[in-house]
Amino acid sequence: MTRQVLKRLAGMVVVLLLVCLFTYVIFFVLSPDPAVQICGKNCTPAKIDQIRDNLGLNRPFWAQFWTFLSGLFVGRTYGEGIQCSAPCLGYSFQSSQSVTSMMVQRFPVSLTVAVGAAVLWLLAGLVSGLIGAINEGKFIDRFISGLTFAGMSIPNYVLALVLQFVLVVTLRWLPFPQAVAFGDDPVQWFLNFLMPWIVLAVGYAASYTRLTRANVIEALQENYVRTARSKGLRPSVVWRRHALRPALTPIVTIFGMDFAGLLGGAVITETVFGLNGIGKMASDAITKNDQPVIMGVTLLAAFLVVVGNMVVDLVYTAIDPRVRIGASA
Amino acid sequence: MTNSQRDQTLDQPADRPMLSVRDLTVAFPTAKATNEVVHHLSFDLPPGGALGIVGESGSGKSMTSLAIMNLLPPGATRSGSIVFRDTELTALREPAMRTVRGSRIAMIFQDPLSCLNPYYTVGDQIAEAYRAHRHGVSRRQAHRVAIESMERVHIRDAARRVNYYPHQFSGGMRQRVMIAMALSMEPELIIADEPTTALDVTVQAQILGLLTEIRENTGAGLILITHDLAVVSETTDQIIVMRHGDLVESGPVEQIFSEPRADYTRMLLDAVPRIDDAIDDMRTLPSSAAHETPTEGARL
Repeated sequence: MTRQVLKRLAGMVVVLLLVCLFTYVIFFVLSPDPAVQICGKNCTPAKIDQIRDNLGLNRPFWAQFWTFLSGLFVGRTYGEGIQCSAPCLGYSFQSSQSVTSMMVQRFPVSLTVAVGAAVLWLLAGLVSGLIGAINEGKFIDRFISGLTFAGMSIPNYVLALVLQFVLVVTLRWLPFPQAVAFGDDPVQWFLNFLMPWIVLAVGYAASYTRLTRANVIEALQENYVRTARSKGLRPSVVWRRHALRPALTPIVTIFGMDFAGLLGGAVITETVFGLNGIGKMASDAITKNDQPVIMGVTLLAAFLVVVGNMVVDLVYTAIDPRVRIGASA
Repeated sequence: MTNSQRDQTLDQPADRPMLSVRDLTVAFPTAKATNEVVHHLSFDLPPGGALGIVGESGSGKSMTSLAIMNLLPPGATRSGSIVFRDTELTALREPAMRTVRGSRIAMIFQDPLSCLNPYYTVGDQIAEAYRAHRHGVSRRQAHRVAIESMERVHIRDAARRVNYYPHQFSGGMRQRVMIAMALSMEPELIIADEPTTALDVTVQAQILGLLTEIRENTGAGLILITHDLAVVSETTDQIIVMRHGDLVESGPVEQIFSEPRADYTRMLLDAVPRIDDAIDDMRTLPSSAAHETPTEGARL
C-alpha cells in the first residue's frame, strides 16, 4: 500500500514537471513579447531591449525555464527589486501583483462556488438517480430522464440569465446580489451564492443522475441483491446498502475529477454572476492578455486535476475492500 | 372444533406437509405469447423432510424455488397454490412475505462469491439478516449471533473471521458463510439452489454433509435443487425430476435410483459417472442442446 502511494507520488511529480514544461513552452512560443507590453506607449527599441535584459528574456529557453521552475520553490526577483516569493507562478505587470497572491485572494470564492455546487449536485444526482433506477421504465423514471436531458443540454450562461430574471426580477424570491462577507450577513451571503450553485450544479446533477441510475440498475441485477431480498430485508435497506453502495465507487472517481476541475475556477458561472473567483480572474486576464496570469491559472488547473486524479486513485483503493485487503484466508 | 377433531390434528401433525405446492405455474407473459417455465407443478414436503428437485438447466427448478420465495424476476407471473405451515404464501402481501423470507424460509444460492456483497464483511451480512427479523436487537448481539452461526457451520476462528470480507474466503468457506447466514434465523425450511455446483468435489461432500447435519440438529426441512443426481442421493429422501417445466417423475430416492419409470430419469441416471465405470460408458443427454432452443424448450 505504502509502495503504491509512493509510486503514484513519483508519477505525479513527473506529470507535474511535464505540465510545467508544456505550459511554459506554449506561452514562450505563442505569446507576444512581454517586454513590448510592459514598455507601453512611448516605447523605443532601446527601452525594450533594456526591459528584456532586466527580465532575463534574452537568455536561452532552458535557462529561463529553470528560473521559472526554481521560482516555484524558492521565489525569484523580477528586474530591479520586484520580489516574488515562493511559490512564484509569475508576476502580473498589469496589476502589479504576483500571480500567486492574486490566486490566494480569489481562491476562497472559487472554493465556495465549487463546494456548494458539489453538495447540490451530489444530493440531487444520487437521489434522483436512485429513484429512477428503482422505478425503471415507470413514469417517474422517464420524467427524471427527461429532466436530465434538459439539464445537460441547457448552457450555463442561458440558465444563469433565465434564473436571474425569473428568481430576482420577476418573482423576487431572491434579493439582488450584494457584495457581503459571510461574517457580516450570512443570509445575504448564502442567497448570493445560491444561484451560482444552482446554475453550476444543474449540468453535473443531470449527468450524475444518469450515472447513478445506470449503476444502480446494474447493481440491482447482482446476485447479492437477490440474496439480500431472500434474507427478508426491507426494500429501502436493499436499495441503500446493496444497490447504491456498489454504485458509488465509479461515481467517486468522476466526482474527484469534476470537483478538482472546478477548484481551478468556474469561468462561465463566475463571470456571469460577477464573482471574483479564479475563473473570473482567468477570463479577465484573457481579455487583457495578461499572460503570467493566464499561465498561472492554466498551471493551477492542471495541478488540481493531477492531484485530484491521485486522490481519487487512493480513495478508490480505500473504498473497495477487494482492493484494500488482499485475499488472505 | 370438537375435542376429537383437535386430538386428531394434534396426533398427526407429521402427516400434514410442511410445504404443499399445487398447480404452480410460472410464466413470462409477453405481448405475443406466454412463455411458461414451470407448468402445473405439484409436490409436498413433509415436516423435517428433505426433497431433491433434479433437472437440467432450463427445467424450471430454480424458478420453482424463487416462486416459493416470491422473488421471481420482474415480468414473471406465478399461479397456483403454495401452502407453507397453513399459510397460503401466494396470498401474502409483500410486507408479510418479508417476515417469512430469511426468517422462516431461508435460501442458499449457487456461486457464493457473487451472492455475497463484496462491500461488507460476512459478519455484517449475517447480522443484517438477523437484525431485520429480530426487532430491538443490538449490533453487538447480532454480531455475536453471526459468530455463533459461523461456528455452527464449522468455520474455525470465527471470532476473527467474522470481520473478513467475502473475497478473503475460499469457495467452500463462502458457501459455509451463506449457510451460516441462512441458519442464523433458525428457519423451518431451507431451500438450497445448486449449493455445491460451484465447488470442487471434496468441498461438495463437506457442504452436503453440513446440510444433513444441520437438518438433523434443527429439524428444518430442506429442498435441494440440483442438476446432479449424485448430490441428492445422499442428502434427500424424496426426489422430483423436472424437465422443461414439467414434473417427469417423483418418489423416494431408492425407488428413483433402482427402478426409474421415466426414460428421462434413466438417462439422467446414466449420466451420473460411477467410480467403476469405464470412461467410454459415460452418457450425455443427447437431447439437451436441442431442447434449450427457445422454440422447443418453451411452452408457447
